[in-house]
Formats: sequence, structure tokens, C-alpha cells
Amino acid sequence: MRAQERSREAASLVELPPEETTVDAMALTHLPSARGFLKPHRIVLMAIAGGLVFCAIWFLRWDWLPQYAGALAWGVGVSLLMLASTSILGFAFAVPIGLVQVTGPWPLKALAQGFCTIIRGTPLLLQLWLLYYGLGSLFPQFPAIRQSFLWPYLREAWPYGVAALTFSFAAYEGEVMRGAFAGVPRGELEAARAFGMSRWKLFWRIWLPRAVHRALPTLNGETVLQLKSTPLVATITVIDVYAVVSKIRQVTYLTYEPLLLLALIYLLLTALLVVAFRYFENKIPTRSV
Amino acid sequence: MKHTVKTIVAAAILGLAGVCAAAAEPVKVGVAAEPYPPFASPDASGKWEGWEIEFAQAICKQAKLDCVITPVAWDGIIPALTTKKIDMIVGSMSITPERLKTIDFSNKYYNTPTGVIGPKSETFTATPEGLKGKTIGVQVATIHQDYANKYFAPAGATVKEYQTQDEANNDLAAGRLDAVQADAIALTDFLKTDQGKQCCELKGNVKDDPAVLGAGVGVGLRKGDTELKDKVNAAIKAIRADGTYDAFSKKYFDFDVYGG
Amino acid sequence: MTADVINWGLLALEPPGWGGVLLAGLFNSIKIAIGGYSLGLVLGTGGACGKLYGGPVVKDLMEIYTTLVRAVPELVLILLLYYAGTDVLNRAAAALGYGTVNISGLAAGIFVIGVVQGAYATEVLRGAILAVPAGQIEAARAYGMSPLLTLRRVTLPAMLPHAIPGLSNLWLISTKDTALLAVVGFSELTLVTRQAAGATKAYMLFFCAAGALYLLLTLVSNLIIRFIEARARRGWAAPS
Repeated sequence: MRAQERSREAASLVELPPEETTVDAMALTHLPSARGFLKPHRIVLMAIAGGLVFCAIWFLRWDWLPQYAGALAWGVGVSLLMLASTSILGFAFAVPIGLVQVTGPWPLKALAQGFCTIIRGTPLLLQLWLLYYGLGSLFPQFPAIRQSFLWPYLREAWPYGVAALTFSFAAYEGEVMRGAFAGVPRGELEAARAFGMSRWKLFWRIWLPRAVHRALPTLNGETVLQLKSTPLVATITVIDVYAVVSKIRQVTYLTYEPLLLLALIYLLLTALLVVAFRYFENKIPTRSV
Repeated sequence: MKHTVKTIVAAAILGLAGVCAAAAEPVKVGVAAEPYPPFASPDASGKWEGWEIEFAQAICKQAKLDCVITPVAWDGIIPALTTKKIDMIVGSMSITPERLKTIDFSNKYYNTPTGVIGPKSETFTATPEGLKGKTIGVQVATIHQDYANKYFAPAGATVKEYQTQDEANNDLAAGRLDAVQADAIALTDFLKTDQGKQCCELKGNVKDDPAVLGAGVGVGLRKGDTELKDKVNAAIKAIRADGTYDAFSKKYFDFDVYGG
Repeated sequence: MTADVINWGLLALEPPGWGGVLLAGLFNSIKIAIGGYSLGLVLGTGGACGKLYGGPVVKDLMEIYTTLVRAVPELVLILLLYYAGTDVLNRAAAALGYGTVNISGLAAGIFVIGVVQGAYATEVLRGAILAVPAGQIEAARAYGMSPLLTLRRVTLPAMLPHAIPGLSNLWLISTKDTALLAVVGFSELTLVTRQAAGATKAYMLFFCAAGALYLLLTLVSNLIIRFIEARARRGWAAPS
């Protein structure tokens, strides 16, 4: 039984491109299985964990919690909204970025490659600050921008956060899409052409759906990584759950309690994402390749 | 003998952890890692300079302490003190009742009013009525944040928090804020820069509230570190008396920064 | 203040230019990245072996470690480890009757990056070890090799080519993760960039310069990685 499981896992690992195994190594994509959960040593471990949790509740200060519960819930909402909007937008950008790298004319190809290299080669925190403090402080010098209808939005911090996170998701997922487009068997495309499909029809009906289908297994990991990146927007004054916790830390001068709660919140959010993806993966017939 | 064994064991464990435990430990003076001119900012060679740095050096010289300037993120400067990453805070930290619950302070070493600046194109006053409906920027975890939240937010102002004073100033110049509330000296210094000269002007000082704005700025110390506290207090008194304080203050300010 | 006047002099290596400060920050970032990555490799090797060959308790503890690190943002972990790590050390030192300890920012930075990298490396190495054909390891056992000898002579060398792509990605990630230490006030490249930009108001110039430095680091790393990869794959069939 174990050997079988092992070789199956090994087989799937060998076939995956390296980027995707690294994503799996960095983002939680599978919850620990509940099978055989109640082994004797686990009961002891759980007792120890229960003891630790009890100590944390008993000896640390939690009296601030009710006062900030509303703000925390709001912050979680902002974080999730950031995650959802940037993942969807980012994926929408990733499709053309992947496509032009496979089939586009060379200027577009070079542009897409350059974009991916730059975004993947620099820290997200720096990109965020470049957009907000750098680019954002240039805008008001142009009266045309200042008088335009966009200005009320450009004044805010969140558009810069959304932009930076979207670019980041697009660059990483764009690389995956490139592989997915390139990996669609030529025979399928040739068959579609033989049926007399036009180029557009071929793209919309065959190539894109097949490529997206191939990229789906990576989405789980990429989305968890994106969730792990969202707290960075707190550094440009967006009030997400991380910012709320920072505020609690500053007001109460507590070090560990708010941070432990924050870690717990992210742990639950990640688990929620993994469960949601598992649900959808079961709906869509995919193989893990 | 027993103690030596203990020491050796401790040194071995800590050595393993990649930690250097020096016998004669220098006193680590925590300053905010974010530039806060004219009090403390790094220059192009990475060296920290400013009024407060000179103050810290004068104190250490007076008290014969071996001091090291240690930049720490402002946001975590109090935890850094309580977890012994630093031994004192010389970071324009006002003495407030709330902070006194967690840490201790020396006597005050300067005290200045709190001001509000805004764009030249707009006219308003530094009062709750004047700031109604405006977006006002403050540095996070400061008395100014507390003050703005107590007086301006209920009157209909939006309070936006920044990690550094510098970013708040920059966002005011970039038109993302309608006003910035901070220490009047730091604001005056900003208004003297090219950026500040172009965009903004002082709208006035806020009404004082000692319960929020505190009783001046003191050196932050760990609770129970009375030895260091006594040394620092004695040193402040001594440099005030022998003219050292006035000598370096003159380089930065044309008024008495110590306050009444 | 117009965009077309760029004061390149601000990047000069000698003060009043800030180039020297930026390079020192880059140097600090590289030091932490190397230190953290090495610590991560050590933790990862231990973690992977623990996960594959350890007893049930060790396995579960490793699982908890990697689950936590993979589910919680690096930024939060860095803050927690930064405060908790030094606090625990100090208390341990105090309990042993040895006053306070000096913990350099560098050691703390290496520690937090190392712990995060360790969890990632655990997963990468575990995958690579699993990719080694079971027959090779069984053959080593059949020859009477001890488990440690098998690990040293067969498992580790055989899994290395499988691990290199993942490990090189981790190296690139560790160079970028050092930027997060800016949030705790460690003067690595991103923080000194912010300081330089704040002092001179030339935000675009400095952020772009820092971006170029990070990019350069990535590209140089990529060159070295390609060289190492080519060496490690000697004797492998060319990829189809």
C-alpha cells in the first residue's frame, strides 16, 4: 500500500514542471487527511496542543478582542476582496501574456517576456512602493490627471494595491499559461483546422479551453500564494486584516496575542481556499497533469 | 564555580544559535528606522544625524555609557524595548499615560506644540470644525493619531495612518491628503523643503490636551531599569546645566526646544 | 520637479550620492539571503528525512511545521519569529542566569528567513527523494548499507538533480523575501531605498534603481543556476 502510494506521488512529481512543484512547496494545497487521525501518539500530541492553546487563552491577554471584532471582520473582508479581484484580473491578464509568448509576433513576445522577468525578478513589496509612492506621487503634477474623473480613485491607496497584486499574479500565472498553451497537443489543433474552424473559433473553442483546463491544477497553489501576499498592501495604508492587527498591536502594546490571532486567521482562510478548490476540482473533471 | 559552569553552558548554547554575547555590553539606543528630520535621519553615507542623535550622544557621553545607535521600525519600537532588542528609545516619543502602562520614561527632554499643515489652495483651521470632511494624515502609533481620532474623526474627518511621517508629508504634496497633523517642528522642517514650499503651509496649532498629547518627549526605558533611568535623568539635568544642550540645539532651532 | 530632469548624481557612490548606501543594503540582503538559505537547507534536509523516515511523532511535528509555514503569510511569520525568537532566547539566557543577550539584526534576519525557507526546502527535498527510484535505495539496503550510509551515498546524490530546479527557485525566493525584513526595520536594500527616497524625494529614481539591483541579482543567479543544472544533469538523457 505504502509503496504504491509512494510511486504514484513520485510519478506525479516527476511529470510536473519545476515551477509547479515549488508552488506546492510554498503554498498549502492539500489539507492533512483525516484518515487514521486517532492514533495513540496523535491523541498525546493533541493533548499537548490543547494544553498550549489553553495556556495561550489563560495566560495571554485577550480582553481587546470584543472591541475589535468588527474591525477584524471588516479587515478579513478587505483581504478576501483583494484576493478575489486580483486573482481574477490577474488570470485575465495571464491568458494573453501566455498566448503571445507561444504564438505572438516577436515585439509582443519580448514585451511579455520582459514583463514576466521584471515582475518575477523583484520583490513585490518594492513594486508596491514603486507604484504607490513613486508613480502615485508623479500623477498630481499633471493637471490633466488631477482634473480627470479618475483622480478620486487615484487618490486612494487600494487601486495601487490591486494593480501591484494583479501584475504579480499575471506574471506568475502567465508563465504557467505559456506552458499550458504550448502543451495542448498539436493534433487537436490540426483536427479543429481540418474541420474548417476559423482561427478565432479554433482559439475560443479548442485552444483556450484546453489550455485553461491544463492550468487549473496550478490555480490552487497560486491563489494561496496570492493570499499570502495580500498583507503587503497594509504598507501602503490599505486597511486589510493585517493593518487592523497592526493597529491593535500599536494601541494595546501587545506583541504576541494579535499576531497569533492573525496567523490563525490566515490559517483558516487558507484552509477555506483549499476546501473550496477541492470542491470545484471535483466538479470539473481534471487529471493532475 | 557553579556560576562559571552555568556561564559556559549558556555561552555554548547561545554561540550555537549564532548569537554573540559580549561581556561589557554597549547600551543600544533605539531610534525609529524611518527618517524623521530634523530629529533623526540617515545621511547619504548611512550615518544617522539630527538633533536627537546629538542629544543621545551627549547623554551617553555625560553618563559615560557606551552607546550604539540602533534603528528599529517605529511600529515595533516598544516591543523591541520590552524584548530587550534595544535598551532605550530616543525617538521623539511623548510621555503619555497609555505608554506608561507598558514602559517607563525619563524626564522630558523636549516639548513642542502640535501643528496641522495643508495645501496652500485651501483655507481651513486646525479645529474639528475646520477639518470636517477632510482626509487627515498622521503617523501611526503617535500621540497625533490618538488626538486626531479623539477630536477630528468624530467631527467628520477621515484619519489615515502612515508608517512614517515622511510618507504622510509626501501624500499631502501628492494631493492624496487634505491635511497632516504632527509635531510643529517636524512640519516646519518639511515646509522648508522644496516640496513643502511649493504645496503647503501651516494652518495652525491644535488646542492642547495633555491627557492625549502628553507631557513632552522622554527617553523610553524598560520598567524596572531604574539604574539606567537615574543615569539618563542625571545626564539630562547635567547637559541642560552646562550648556551642552543649548549648544547643539542652536544648530537646528532658533527657539527653545525644551519648552516651558 | 518635472519628470524629465533626473538627477543621476543622487546615485553616485560617494556621499552626497546614495549609491554606496544602496550597495551596502544590497550586500546586507545578499548576506541574509545566503545565511537564511543555508539554514533553510539544513532544516529542510532534516525535515525531509524526518517526514520520510522519522517515527510517527516526528512525522506529525514536521507536518505541522510545513503546514503552518505554507499557510501563513511570510510577513506575519517574520514578525512573529522576529519578536518571539529573540524573546525566547533572552528568557532562556535569563533562566540560565546570564543577563540579556546581544542579538544582531543580521542573526535575527537569517533566523527568520531560514525557518521559512526550511519548510519550503523540506517539501522540495521530500519530493526529490521520492523521485529516486525505490529500487536504487532497496539495492543499497540489500548490500547491507546502514541507513545513514544509504542516505549519504545513494539517496542524497541521486535526488540532487531532481531537487535542483526547486532549490534554485527557493534561492530566488529567499533573495526576494529579504525585502520583507524592511518591515521590522532591518537595513537591507528595500529599507535603505525607502530612506534614500524619503530623504531626497526622488522616489521613482531610487525605487527603479533598487528594482534594477534586485533584477541583476536574479539574472546573475539564473546564470549560475543554469551552469549548476547542466553539471548536475550530466549523464541524463536530453529533455524531450
